[in-house]
Order: sequence, then C-alpha cells, then structure tokens
Amino acid sequence: MDAVDGNAIGGLLHELFGTEMTTSISVCGACGSARQVGELAVYAHAPGTVVRCRSCDGVLMVFVKIGDRTCVDLLGLASLG
Amino acid sequence: MAGTALRGRLTWQVAQVLAVAVETASVRTIMLDVPNWPGHQAGQHVDIRLTDEDNYVAERSYSIASAPGEPVALTVERLDDGEVSPYLTDELRAGDELELRGPIGGYFVWEPNDGGPLLLLAGGSGIVPLRSILRHRERTGSTVPVRLLYSSRTLDDVIYRSELDKPAVGVEVVHTLTRHQPPGWSGYARRVDAALLAEVAWPASTMPLAYVCGPTSFVEAASQALVQSGYPPQRVKTERFGGTGGT
Repeated sequence: MDAVDGNAIGGLLHELFGTEMTTSISVCGACGSARQVGELAVYAHAPGTVVRCRSCDGVLMVFVKIGDRTCVDLLGLASLG
Repeated sequence: MAGTALRGRLTWQVAQVLAVAVETASVRTIMLDVPNWPGHQAGQHVDIRLTDEDNYVAERSYSIASAPGEPVALTVERLDDGEVSPYLTDELRAGDELELRGPIGGYFVWEPNDGGPLLLLAGGSGIVPLRSILRHRERTGSTVPVRLLYSSRTLDDVIYRSELDKPAVGVEVVHTLTRHQPPGWSGYARRVDAALLAEVAWPASTMPLAYVCGPTSFVEAASQALVQSGYPPQRVKTERFGGTGGT
C-alpha cells in the first residue's frame, strides 16, 4: 500500500494535540532521524493509521479510532515538538 | 458537530455549496461559503466528512484550490471506487451543505517571502494546491520566477487548462501528456523523470524551492530525481495522495 505524507494527518493531529503539528519536529526513536511531521510516511489504510520514519521505516506513531475514542501510540518517537 | 471555529482549535463546521464548476470529465471545482473561515495559506487542505443514514462516517482530505483571500474552493477528482469523491463530483449541488474542518497543514505551504525560484511539479490532480500557490503569487504581486511542469494523461485531463494557457508574467507552464497527445502536440509526451527534469527544472545552483504534488509513485520519482540533481531535500516539499492517479 502506498504511503502518503504526514501532511495528510494534519487534521487528526490538530484534533488530538490542539495545535498545528505538521511543522513540528519528530525524532525517530530507532535511528534518530529528525524530520518535520509533514514529511513522515503515513499508511492510512491499515486498521489504524501508521506513521513511519522515512529514513529507517521504523514505526513512530499509531492511531486507532474506536467509536469516539482515539488510541494513540507514540512509543516509536524519541521526541515530538 | 458543527461549531464556531475558535482560534487554535480545529472544529467541524458546515459549509454551504455556492457553485460547482466542471473542470474535466472527472473533475469538479466546488465553491464553498464557510462561515467564520479564519483564512488559509496557499497549499493547505481541509478534511471533508460524510455521514450516511446509518451513521457510517467517511473522511477525506482535499487541497484548497483558491488563493488566500478568495472564497474556499476545492477541486475534486472522481475516483470510481471512491467512497467520498463520487458524491462530491456527481451529487453535490449549489445550496447543499458539506461538513468540513480546516484549514490544515503548515508543511506544504508557500508564502511570497519564502522566495524561489519556484519549481512546481504536478501529477494529475496534484495541480490543485499548486494552483493556489500560483494565484497567491499573482494576487500578492510577487515576482518570484516560477516553472510549472504538469503531467496529465491526455489534454482533456488537464485541469485549469484555460487559466494555465494564460500564465502570469514570470510563470512558465510546461505540459507533458503521458498517454495520448493530440495531432501537432509540441509539448512533452513522457513521464516525469531525471532526464525530463534535467531539461525543465531550475538548476540546483539557483537555490530553487520545489513543491511536488501527485500520486505517490509520481512524487517519489520526481522528488528523488530532484535530490539526485542537487536540490537540498529540505527545499523539496512533497504531498503524496496515494494511488496511481491521472498522470
């Protein structure tokens, strides 16, 4: 499945974090690559939304919507902000 | 739920369709009246939400086609197996309501003081946010030089054709038609790759700023070729919309 850019989840991230996030810097917990969220690889057609590092393909973030709730997993990130 | 858009928050609201314009056989531009629209930047998008009678919800993102200061317009290509786009292109009429939130995104945006020269690479409906950038440049009186390379399947698939046939001063528009060319066609007739970019793109030595938008395969090929030709990766902004699209 083709990946799109982090820009595509700008709305979801804004909803969750309360602010524009696509220009925030994410640091990959596996390889240390620092990139703007808008550049990350987003797989939106999985059962959830999976965000991967464009350098090492490591999973950075996972979002799963269940009804009105969104489960957020940011364990792949070293930092975000 | 619809609500007043508070500063800093992103809330769903109801927009009204002012008009729907035919761009090509499968593409429509939807002009919207969005109450309390906070204004947008060139290159941003909105999320559209459709809810059916069983409360099944489908959300999609669409780039804003209009310039900052103009009413919100979305240009939508119908995907035959799509859940959302066939409704937007075939069913929506003036006076209908549409649920949206936005504007969204700060990554794939351009402001005149970002400078250039600008290289805009569009695959199919990837032209939409780049059209917003072109209109914004013209409306702000920017003199930043622009080259647009636009890949379409056929001439009839070219979106905003009449507008692009009369580009503003300082804007060069180059078409490539990948599937069928009309008799006497003098433009390019091949896919965007390193060889084509070597002919069309600004040399890396001029410190250009590139925006690449289209199907994933188009964006991958074009952006990798630019970086290999010496464009710094941070000067190549990409917006992939997945699928194979009309390039």
